[in-house]
Amino acid sequence: MTLGFVMLVHTAFDRAEQVARYFASHGCPVAIHVDGKVPPRRFRAFRDRFRTEPRIVFASRTRVEWGTWSIVQATQAASERLVEGFPDLRHVFLASGSCLPLRPVGELVAYLDANPETDFIESVTTDHVTWTIDGLEEERFTLRFPFSWRRQRRMFNACVKLQRRLGLTRRIPDGIVPHLGSQWWCLTRRTLHSILNAPDRKATDAYFAGVWIPDESYFQSLARRYSTTIESRSLTLSKFDIHGKPHVFYDDHLPLLQRSDCFVARKVWPRADALYRTFLDDNRPVAKRTEPNPGRIDRVFSKANERRASGRAGLYSQARFPLAPHGSVLTCARYNVFCGLDDLYEEFDGWLDRHLGGSVHGHLYAPERAEFADGARIAAGCLSDSATLRDYRPTQFLTNLLWSTRGQRQSFFFGPRDNQEVAGLLVHDPNATLVVVSGAWAVPMFLSGQPIEEIKVEVARLQRIELDFLRTFRNPGVAARIHHWPLADFVAQPVEKLQNVVDEINGAGPRRLTDLPQMRDLRGFTDFLQRLRNGGVQPKVIGDVALFPDFADAGRKAP
Amino acid sequence: MAGAAALWAAYRLRWRRRYLLARSFARCTRLVPRSDRTGGIAAGAILAFAVTRNELARLPGFLAHHRALGVEHFLIVDNASDDGGAAFLADQSDVSLWTTADTYRGARFGVDWLTCLLARYGHGHWCLTLDADERLVYAHHTCRDLRALTDWLDLTGRPAMGALMLDLYPRGSVNAPMQGADPLDHLIWFDAGNYVMTRHPDRRDLRIQGGPRARAFFADTPRRAPTLSKVPLVRWNRRYAYIASTHALLPSRLNQAYAVDGGEAPTGVLLHSKFSPDIGDRSVEELTRRQMRTGADLYDDYYHALRDGPTLWCRASTRYEGWQQLEALGLLSRGGWE
Repeated sequence: MTLGFVMLVHTAFDRAEQVARYFASHGCPVAIHVDGKVPPRRFRAFRDRFRTEPRIVFASRTRVEWGTWSIVQATQAASERLVEGFPDLRHVFLASGSCLPLRPVGELVAYLDANPETDFIESVTTDHVTWTIDGLEEERFTLRFPFSWRRQRRMFNACVKLQRRLGLTRRIPDGIVPHLGSQWWCLTRRTLHSILNAPDRKATDAYFAGVWIPDESYFQSLARRYSTTIESRSLTLSKFDIHGKPHVFYDDHLPLLQRSDCFVARKVWPRADALYRTFLDDNRPVAKRTEPNPGRIDRVFSKANERRASGRAGLYSQARFPLAPHGSVLTCARYNVFCGLDDLYEEFDGWLDRHLGGSVHGHLYAPERAEFADGARIAAGCLSDSATLRDYRPTQFLTNLLWSTRGQRQSFFFGPRDNQEVAGLLVHDPNATLVVVSGAWAVPMFLSGQPIEEIKVEVARLQRIELDFLRTFRNPGVAARIHHWPLADFVAQPVEKLQNVVDEINGAGPRRLTDLPQMRDLRGFTDFLQRLRNGGVQPKVIGDVALFPDFADAGRKAP
Repeated sequence: MAGAAALWAAYRLRWRRRYLLARSFARCTRLVPRSDRTGGIAAGAILAFAVTRNELARLPGFLAHHRALGVEHFLIVDNASDDGGAAFLADQSDVSLWTTADTYRGARFGVDWLTCLLARYGHGHWCLTLDADERLVYAHHTCRDLRALTDWLDLTGRPAMGALMLDLYPRGSVNAPMQGADPLDHLIWFDAGNYVMTRHPDRRDLRIQGGPRARAFFADTPRRAPTLSKVPLVRWNRRYAYIASTHALLPSRLNQAYAVDGGEAPTGVLLHSKFSPDIGDRSVEELTRRQMRTGADLYDDYYHALRDGPTLWCRASTRYEGWQQLEALGLLSRGGWE
């Protein structure tokens, strides 16, 4: 009889009984503390079940409230009861009613036999703690907490704030170096005895009674004072979610728990029959045992926590609807938006397809319909090309398309004829690459040969829309990678600019562009602009006309 | 601090909730108990509430699925079925059945009836409110029952869980004869990624629309497309009230079952077997009822289209494989429940 258990129980009495009996039947005494909130009749019925079991004893009860001193009091009471009742113990293991041994208790005894002087208690200084919630690490020890965090959260927060502002602090008693760690420990009898019988225990307890969540710091700090050998880790496997609530283990975790080689796990769902059946059966086939190895479980639960906390960027669903999307990633993957280049070049989409790959859509926001790549009427995820459906929620149309095509690069065209409601998303989204040749929309109008009088209203309208779009590039919070050239600047030196864009999207490589798209015939374009001006429309987005190469002389420009 | 407008909105919603409760209780007397087994409901039992009308073909699968998930008692209102559905339900030992001859629409699509049953029998219980053509799935539902889920929701302080109603459809015409005995053997396709949503600023419910119905029948009037978001699983209190179907309820804090900070909250999916082969007959019946009552209305085109047996399947449709697939597609989330 070298190992005894202290067990804190407040619910699931059948499971607590099962585990306590398991420990006792293997020669390990158990001191049980039942929460004072449990009705006396219920408590007595539970206690009476153990009348014939001398190795299971009960401590006087305290009403336990989470995060308060009462839980340390309960632990102290049960520990004292255990140490007094069973003086020849060497180690005391703190467990709860929802703990389950994952390895035969004999193996735990053997493990402790090999480390007879070691205290297994996670105990780290406040500078090294990263796992506390609400960021109260150092301040747990220096502020006062008269309000309940669970029931009076607003007062709790206000009180903390007030003390910070006034600079109020408590003095940490001499000889105590604040340490934090998991509530679940396994201490040597000697260390535990020293803590419980310290001459200044009264003062120490009075101090810790005012510390926030003292069950994570009382034994963790005092063990540092008395222990000779501390292994700063818990023998109890327990995982916490982002709000500090313990993760629960279910039957389907069985393989994961078996492979962990940890001694005890918390917390186990009381109805996880297969877990209790398997792990309380010492006759099960024995695997090759190693040191406890919770790494795999850590990874699984950390991933779940991360998904819970950060979600999947670009997903909008019944589970995830960020209220302040600006300033964060709005879509799930990078994508490219080309403005004007399809007006300037012939078959530019085919050229893009060859150089970028993925899907190169047409004008997704065209007034008639969403021009999906390859003329599809319906895109991935059953996204319809209907303009009314798209324009009902234009930004979610794009986030949906990107979500459903994750892993495939998406590019599309955008221009002043298209629904502009999505423009805000495009410029604020760090995933967007915008390549804008402003004023290029005038090229098809020029080539159509229509009289100025017929088109000038439309020219003015498109120019106004494009000016509004260009203005948003200077808004605060612009996050897209934007390449903008007025048509005249672009046409003056197009090769280098296209090369830069392709390099940025594909990643810079040694390959130079060899096949260039065919620029439309701009002979007479400067003349067209002059006629526009004469008609009363001042071109504002096309840039410095003087930069235009003299198409009339050079003939068709081969860039 | 909430502004005056928000306080005013909260105040109005409080009165709206009281009004909804009052009108539901006023209609309670219109429910006639057919087989009342509510005396056998254990403390803490998980309950399911539903309104049915001529859904005999779906009922065995509906009951079996939710029994397997751990629903301990079903409280069902039968709205004048003439297909033997009521008799079938009355024979089930875990079903309490009420009947009524009142109109479905007059009772806010059955919500009035359910609200008074919820208040009377659901107080303090986890309650799942469904239609007979819906089946709840959630992360780990194949190995963890509703007791495990609701225990965890309790542990993490969540009073409700939302779900997306996912319209399932067959490979061919929706009128084509069914393959297999269970609707979900036949309806195995769905739209994976065309859902759009807005949040009601005061009520805080998320209104999700989209799916095959929006795409096939409401492409020109998307605003009228059916709402697909629901809050079907709630730890009930007698002061709560559903507003319209189970899309939203009051008090409004219960509607915010989604994460607004960029994270993901636990959510389920309601597999919706509306597009069974009887959809044509149901649409004809619905049209007749509507015309008797109000004459032609805005949804006539929809029911006409359904009557003619359209094909909802397209090349971009996704075949249902299980909750893991739905999670990967972002249609449901485990929300940290590992």
